[in-house]
Amino acid sequence: MKNKNIKFVQGNEVCVEGALYAGLDFFAGYPITPSTEIAELLSYRLPQKGGKFIQMEDEIASMCAIIGASLTGSKVMTATSGPGFSLMQEALGYAIMAEIPCVIVNVQRGGPSTGIPTHVSQGDVNQARWGTHGDHAIVTITASNHQDVFETTVDAFNISETYRTPVILLYDEILGHMRERLLMPEPGELPLVERLRTSVREGVDYHPYLPREDGRLPMSDFGGVHRYNVTGLFHDMWGFPSDNPKIVHGLLRHLVDKIQNNVNQIARYKEYFLEDAECILISYGSSARSANHVVVSRRPRGERLGLLELQTLWPFPYDLVREKCANAKYIVVVEMNMGQIMQEVRKAVDQPEKVFLANRIDGVFITPTNIRDILRLIQGKGV
Amino acid sequence: MAIKDFIRERFFPHIWCPGCGHGIVLNSLLRAIEKLGMSKNEIVVISGIGCSSRISGYVDFHTLHTIHGRALAFATGVKMSLPELNVIVPMGDGDALAIGGNHFIHAARRNIDLTAIVMNNRIYGMTGGQYSPLSGYGILATTAPYMNIDYAFDTVELATAAGASFVARSTTYHVQQLTKILRQAILHEGFSVVEVLSQCPTYFGRKNRAGSAVDMMEYFKNHTTPIGSKAKKDHPDLIERGVFVEKEMSEYCSEYDKIIEKAMKGRT
Repeated sequence: MKNKNIKFVQGNEVCVEGALYAGLDFFAGYPITPSTEIAELLSYRLPQKGGKFIQMEDEIASMCAIIGASLTGSKVMTATSGPGFSLMQEALGYAIMAEIPCVIVNVQRGGPSTGIPTHVSQGDVNQARWGTHGDHAIVTITASNHQDVFETTVDAFNISETYRTPVILLYDEILGHMRERLLMPEPGELPLVERLRTSVREGVDYHPYLPREDGRLPMSDFGGVHRYNVTGLFHDMWGFPSDNPKIVHGLLRHLVDKIQNNVNQIARYKEYFLEDAECILISYGSSARSANHVVVSRRPRGERLGLLELQTLWPFPYDLVREKCANAKYIVVVEMNMGQIMQEVRKAVDQPEKVFLANRIDGVFITPTNIRDILRLIQGKGV
Repeated sequence: MAIKDFIRERFFPHIWCPGCGHGIVLNSLLRAIEKLGMSKNEIVVISGIGCSSRISGYVDFHTLHTIHGRALAFATGVKMSLPELNVIVPMGDGDALAIGGNHFIHAARRNIDLTAIVMNNRIYGMTGGQYSPLSGYGILATTAPYMNIDYAFDTVELATAAGASFVARSTTYHVQQLTKILRQAILHEGFSVVEVLSQCPTYFGRKNRAGSAVDMMEYFKNHTTPIGSKAKKDHPDLIERGVFVEKEMSEYCSEYDKIIEKAMKGRT
């Protein structure tokens, strides 16, 4: 039976579908491989629903423009890859400081610098975490297949609105350009979080930066009845600059705590055969596809392999990883970088020496055979 | 509404030095807005980083104090997302034309309806007196202890060449003219640029022996002239004041509305 909701599409197209499903109103971006299709498609699709698309003069301006648009009440997104993501870092920090919801897609390619633009890498994991200066918390999520890319994209908007924070969607070239099946969810099938707006009436003093008891900050749109100041400086409850040590301390704690205290709420992951696994693979993004293949194909031969697929990379779910890996003999992190998530896994588990790395850093997608070869080495079976 | 109603008194005193020209620009801007009779809720003031950029905190509109050089990029997002808003973008000379130079020319090229005010005191004040792209050849600054060998941009020529549909210049001495020009600039539909020569007695003045704030304003009086005046012909070195460009051109957000119309039609 033909189902019109089934599509055969590129990952970048899925990201666009997910963003539109989540209610995207405004996109600003700059062309860069391998994310350009997202901008191209949105320039076509957004005006069809009355939304706005603009191609800015660079990635700095793109990031700034979406922050501005978000303040008027729009759901906003930009998309880029490594070099553009580097340019966005200062404004990303602004969005963290001023607590402005926005979604940044980074379809990763090989770096540093211009690197290897048309090939895959997962080298921006730590840039997503620490790219902007100063102490801060950040949310970064990813997925390994198109159905999950759709859901993760919707979730990025939901998390962004819930916590008033930028959310980074860390995809990669394989996900972005690969074509596979997508079953489009029906409207209403996935939950959507709309912006929490203040109920304070006109004429009553509104404190834009005074968190409620649950830590959330109801917003008021620019153009509305509450006029307030937004700044990247440390600021008081009115949004006015302050260097009062109490205010500085309190605001930084608030910015970090609102994310770190909700690690479990934000953590998305999938697990396969972990219950009795001797060897646990940990992976994320497109490399989790190969890791999954290894586990599923070796299980019938009696190899006690399991997979923990992380979808939330930041804040890193240390407790979750420690619990899931407690009984494993080996933990092998499968990623296409020099061990950026492996380092976090080592911090998480009780015996860091049982954590190994199965990686590729040559722009070529890591295959199940690559992973198996490394597993044999670790198990002392030779290549 | 009185001028006082446009001020956030809670946040005073301001940070500007005695004699600084930026307070005069603020005064002129508020008087210009007063005459427009707009609701305060319709106005957004967006600034970058620097002495001039603190102006946004002091006014009772929707205010966005952003990062260095990027005010126009933030403003483009605000304006495009909600074109009903009147968006005013005060910037310093370094903010607008060094780190922000690219956004400046591209905002001008798009002809998006923003009012850009370049408060030009020819120096980086907040960091203590370094030369800016508007300091000019021969000027002394903390980073040009021998002499500045960078030539200056001409803001008016740059804005005109980049496609701004309203371009004007005035000074902190000529406050009546400045108020009138700012009012025109806000009313103009399209990208408008107003350069205001403003004095920094603390850094530019002291380094360059330009005297007190009053001396510096007197300099503006004696070294500027209305556009096309006879004095300009006799003394070509005089800086011209007034409205250089005022033309009708399709505005960016209105153009995008047509795109939306087209896209929606194609769908039915």
